[in-house]
Amino acid sequence: MKDLLWLVPLFPLAGFLVNGVLYLISHRTRGEAADAHGSQGAPALAAAPAPSVHGENPAHTHAGSSAHDPAGHSPIPLKTAHTVVGTVSVGLSCVFAFLAILDVGIGRLSEGAAHVVTLYRWLPLGVNQAVGQVHGPAGEWFVDAAFRLDSLSALMIAFVTFVGFLIHVYSVGYMGHEEGYGRYFAYLNLFMFSMLLLVLGANFLLLFVGWEGVGLCSYLLIGYFYDRDAAADAGKKAFVVNRIGDFGFILGIFGIFSLFGSLDFGKVFPAAAAHPSAYAPYLTLVCLCLFVGACGKSAQFPLYVWLPDAMAGPTPVSALIHAATMVTAGVYMVARCNVLFRLSPDALLVVAVVGGFTALFAATIGVAQNDIKKVLAYSTVSQLGYMFLACGVGAFVAGMFHVMTHAFFKACLFLGSGSVIHALGGEQDIRKMGGLASKIPVTYRTFLVATLAIAGVPLLAGFFSKDAILAAAFEAHFASAPWLGRVLWAAALFTAGLTAFYMLRLVSLTFWGKFRGGTEQEAQIHESPRSMTVPLIVLAFLSVVGGYVGIPMVRGGDRIGEFLHPILLPLAGAGAHTAAHEAAASTEALLMAASVAAAAIGLALAYVWYAKGEGAVPARIAARFPGVYRAVSNKYYVDEAYDSVFVQGLAKGGGRFLWDFDATVVDGAVNGTRHVTVGLSWLSSFFDQYVVDGLVNGVANTLQAGFRGFRRAQTGRVQNYALVMGGGLFCLVAVYLLFR
Amino acid sequence: MNTLQQLPILSIIAYIPLAGALIIMFLIPKEKTGAIKAFATAVAALDLAVSLPLWFSFDRAKAGYQFVERIPWIPSLGVDYHFGIDGITLLLILLTTFIGVIAIYSSFSAIAERQKEYYILLLLLQTFMIGTFCCLDFFLFYVFWEIMLVPMYFLIGVWGGQRRLYAAIKFFLYTLAGSVLMLLGIIALYFYNTTGFLGYKGLGHAATFSVPKLTAVAAAMPPELQVWLFFAFFFGFAIKVPMFPFHTWLPDAHTEAPTAGSVILAAVLLKMGTYGFVRFSLPMFPEAVKTPWVIGTMVFLAIVGIVYGAMVTLVQKDMKKLIAYSSVSHLGFVMLGIFALNMAGVQGGVLQMINHGISTGALFLLVGVVYERRHTRMIAEYGGLARQMPIYATYFLIMALSSMGLPLLNGFIGEFSILQGAFAKNFWWALFACTGIVLGAAYLLWLYQRVFFGELSNPANAKLPDLSFREQLTLAPLVVLALWIGLYPKPFFDVLRVPSENIVRSVGGATMTPPAYAGAPGTGIPAAGDLAPAAPVPAVR
Repeated sequence: MKDLLWLVPLFPLAGFLVNGVLYLISHRTRGEAADAHGSQGAPALAAAPAPSVHGENPAHTHAGSSAHDPAGHSPIPLKTAHTVVGTVSVGLSCVFAFLAILDVGIGRLSEGAAHVVTLYRWLPLGVNQAVGQVHGPAGEWFVDAAFRLDSLSALMIAFVTFVGFLIHVYSVGYMGHEEGYGRYFAYLNLFMFSMLLLVLGANFLLLFVGWEGVGLCSYLLIGYFYDRDAAADAGKKAFVVNRIGDFGFILGIFGIFSLFGSLDFGKVFPAAAAHPSAYAPYLTLVCLCLFVGACGKSAQFPLYVWLPDAMAGPTPVSALIHAATMVTAGVYMVARCNVLFRLSPDALLVVAVVGGFTALFAATIGVAQNDIKKVLAYSTVSQLGYMFLACGVGAFVAGMFHVMTHAFFKACLFLGSGSVIHALGGEQDIRKMGGLASKIPVTYRTFLVATLAIAGVPLLAGFFSKDAILAAAFEAHFASAPWLGRVLWAAALFTAGLTAFYMLRLVSLTFWGKFRGGTEQEAQIHESPRSMTVPLIVLAFLSVVGGYVGIPMVRGGDRIGEFLHPILLPLAGAGAHTAAHEAAASTEALLMAASVAAAAIGLALAYVWYAKGEGAVPARIAARFPGVYRAVSNKYYVDEAYDSVFVQGLAKGGGRFLWDFDATVVDGAVNGTRHVTVGLSWLSSFFDQYVVDGLVNGVANTLQAGFRGFRRAQTGRVQNYALVMGGGLFCLVAVYLLFR
Repeated sequence: MNTLQQLPILSIIAYIPLAGALIIMFLIPKEKTGAIKAFATAVAALDLAVSLPLWFSFDRAKAGYQFVERIPWIPSLGVDYHFGIDGITLLLILLTTFIGVIAIYSSFSAIAERQKEYYILLLLLQTFMIGTFCCLDFFLFYVFWEIMLVPMYFLIGVWGGQRRLYAAIKFFLYTLAGSVLMLLGIIALYFYNTTGFLGYKGLGHAATFSVPKLTAVAAAMPPELQVWLFFAFFFGFAIKVPMFPFHTWLPDAHTEAPTAGSVILAAVLLKMGTYGFVRFSLPMFPEAVKTPWVIGTMVFLAIVGIVYGAMVTLVQKDMKKLIAYSSVSHLGFVMLGIFALNMAGVQGGVLQMINHGISTGALFLLVGVVYERRHTRMIAEYGGLARQMPIYATYFLIMALSSMGLPLLNGFIGEFSILQGAFAKNFWWALFACTGIVLGAAYLLWLYQRVFFGELSNPANAKLPDLSFREQLTLAPLVVLALWIGLYPKPFFDVLRVPSENIVRSVGGATMTPPAYAGAPGTGIPAAGDLAPAAPVPAVR
């Protein structure tokens, strides 16, 4: 079964192909129908705007959308086919993922076993010479298409396929009324394929393939409602910002290839571990390049700007791609390369600082957002910052642990928000919500559980992983800045409090108090169908128990640490553990108390201010410090700054300048050459006509004129000729005699 | 294979289109346009069919030229009729015959006037292009190289857009100007081999224009003469590529040419320049190429081309012009790869020539599709086409992604290989060139957004029919090829390996694994067999 590992990504790929072809075929016939319509003079435009139920277009209701159902004459079988292909392919992928893991054996994986399935030689780059001082012999460079199952990728495929499957099921209910249902599932399946390629790839290049693939799917799914400019813009922004990250990532990959002559995880990491002093000088640059890639994909400062905009996509997409799986790819990549990062303390320091700063920065923005999905988006950015903070302080296990628990509770939160939006017919503004707890009880309860989990309430999933990160930050020791660990810890602790605060603010504004929307809207509020609530319940359950695989204080409780040990701690000497484990038990208890206190203060403040005080205190604070409030609620104007400097300024302005330059200078030189040549030709022509030809004609004329006299001499009389001849002879003889 | 070796297969491939052109010219009356189209397509298809056996019977392990034909032509001057191919030209010839069919088949509805002349010229052009790639004699090469301009000149000048005359004349004169310098280079080489010229004493050999022979002669020339001749050839090739700052004929020619002309121009004609660098400049003038300021200039121009081309592309308002400028950027990548002078770079550069032919050729075809329906190339005239033409939108997306180098499609393979080669040579080259990747995504996605996304607001677009069956037939093979190279490029690398090794070796790069290795002196890395226990890693915790 483990040799069938390639089936895990293959199922979603097959699903993508089937769904994609079905969709195109069905729309092909529609296109012709529309064309026929057009030729009869019917306004084809009228049917064009996408009828949409959710979020992004509140005006439409269910009734409106079904009236325009584009699938035409045979909507039901086609839709069923899309549903079955879409969900079953991911379900099968999930089953095979678990079978493969069990076949290799959880025990063996945690002992460091890695199962590699090589499909074929992908890129043979010939014999090349490595770069720099670390050059070995020229060697054959190649990249294989190969999958690697070890404990890290096992963890990833397990939760990716499982959460992915739940979200596919949820989508059946959520997207049921949308146009382009088949297109949606095709993209979603393509995403699953790319994500699995990303985590299963046995080398950096395959990782990069998946990395770009998920980026593409993200682009397509954010821009799913493509006839809205905001969605299309957001999709493009996501792709381009990610490309900036990829710019760094691919340079890092080039660096690794050039240093090690290989991209295979199984060759690069052992080589680096075996000869650390040889490689270390080069690895800071390489690791920083890789981290730029991670910043793009995982939305870290300064490349986080695309993620909040990405909320223009359908909500299940936000849950799957922009919360649970794709955005954690950067963390996965850094964890995967932990051997390299450990060799570069400077790179780790950068990772920790960027992560810690992003966590705090995004959390402050989250406090002042009024769009339910935007709050969750900034929360995601913030939590991703946590994960990088963990990696930066060397607690890779804690980082990956948080990746997993975050996948559970953040997916639950996003799907819950989707359920709220679905119930309200597209409303996303939490100022127009309130009092939904009794109307959509399942959504409310699951949302509350996930909120408590992310806030770090003891014994829920988020508590354990967040606590591990905080402890690791506290214990971190950076040689170049010994105080930094404590600063990062304090920032992270404050962030934890903020997180608890804005999450409970969200809950109280959405679910508690009175409904603030219209009465007509209130009458239509309904709980979501079973296909949506069941995934919510499962995810809420996991948000509760998901943390029990990594209980730090109990001996043997840190199962996830033991499981990931062979990948994430391959260099450690005997007895070494994660940073969290090195802390004395008393310190650890104290730290735990601090984080619990931070969460409690945040929750309590939000409860008092929003649930009890109905927002009076925050409004007063905002009125007191209008500048601060404006800055925060406008996200510190980062988007505007980027737009004016990079998009309008450097890219478009620079492009326009160079375009002018091209037209006037470069092409001007060419056209100038033409003009000069033509001008010279005119001159030559003039010269030719009046000087050269004039000379010729002039000579002719002169001669003609000159010989006119001689012509008169041609009398034809022999006596005259004889006279001239005699005269001539006389002259010649005279000259001869004179000059002799 | 034996029979193939005995047949003058290259000449057959080269002259089938010529024969077809002659038959159309003399035997098919111009009123029978249907017959002309069908016959021209059949001729191109036959040419493709005849060229395919080359792929199967080509010996990948053999160094040197294969399927060689050699007959004395003008003995007094040492001119031979000399054909032969290696792996690089094998791919380029297959690309030519492949694109040839598509170009002709795609013209059925686009060309309404002077159809007979049009198809005759397309077929003639194909003969000249294949001839150029097959030639192993400088004299013959120059003949083909120049005569190739003539059909293209007429294709642009007669069937082109509004500024077709300007574009056609510019194209013709610009490339001709470069070629003349190349001709001087060839003549200098010829005389260096025989009687000498200017102050240089000739070698006194028998007169010849043979490419392999003169390559060997040139490679042994004194370095300063190599530099002179390198630049003589450089202008001929650089204008054809086109390299910055010799590129301005390209946007005009591309934009004004009819769709099939743009496709051939992008897919094949631009490759003449890069092919010239690979086939002639590198092996002939290794000392010049290795001179730091020469290689620095080449790489600088390549990188400027990448970034500059991409920046200018970003602000174009005309779809064809946009894709034309993107070619400047893409061919900058090819040049960068070639001048990385290592296996990854050269192989990637040559493969990227093919990839660019596929992706950009397809993009021109795709623009041609809507141009035929709407007779405008302005981006602002479109918008929201995804809803009206979903299949068209899908094809366009795939080819745009291929052009921007998305993994699992062809462009990525070439770009990765090129940039890996560049990085192995110099970090900064790769760093600057990589910005082209970011900009590539930006301009293509922006184009895609403006054409396909948003609401279908222009009523003129409301009735546009989706791709016809014929249009899909022209595009589908390109998509298949893009996926093939993206997913399994090994067969292409296998073909390129030996000729690339020859080129890299000629400029002094590493191509062979040393037999034994025991810790290179002065390096920090111990020998492969050294399994010393790992030193403790600085703890960061």
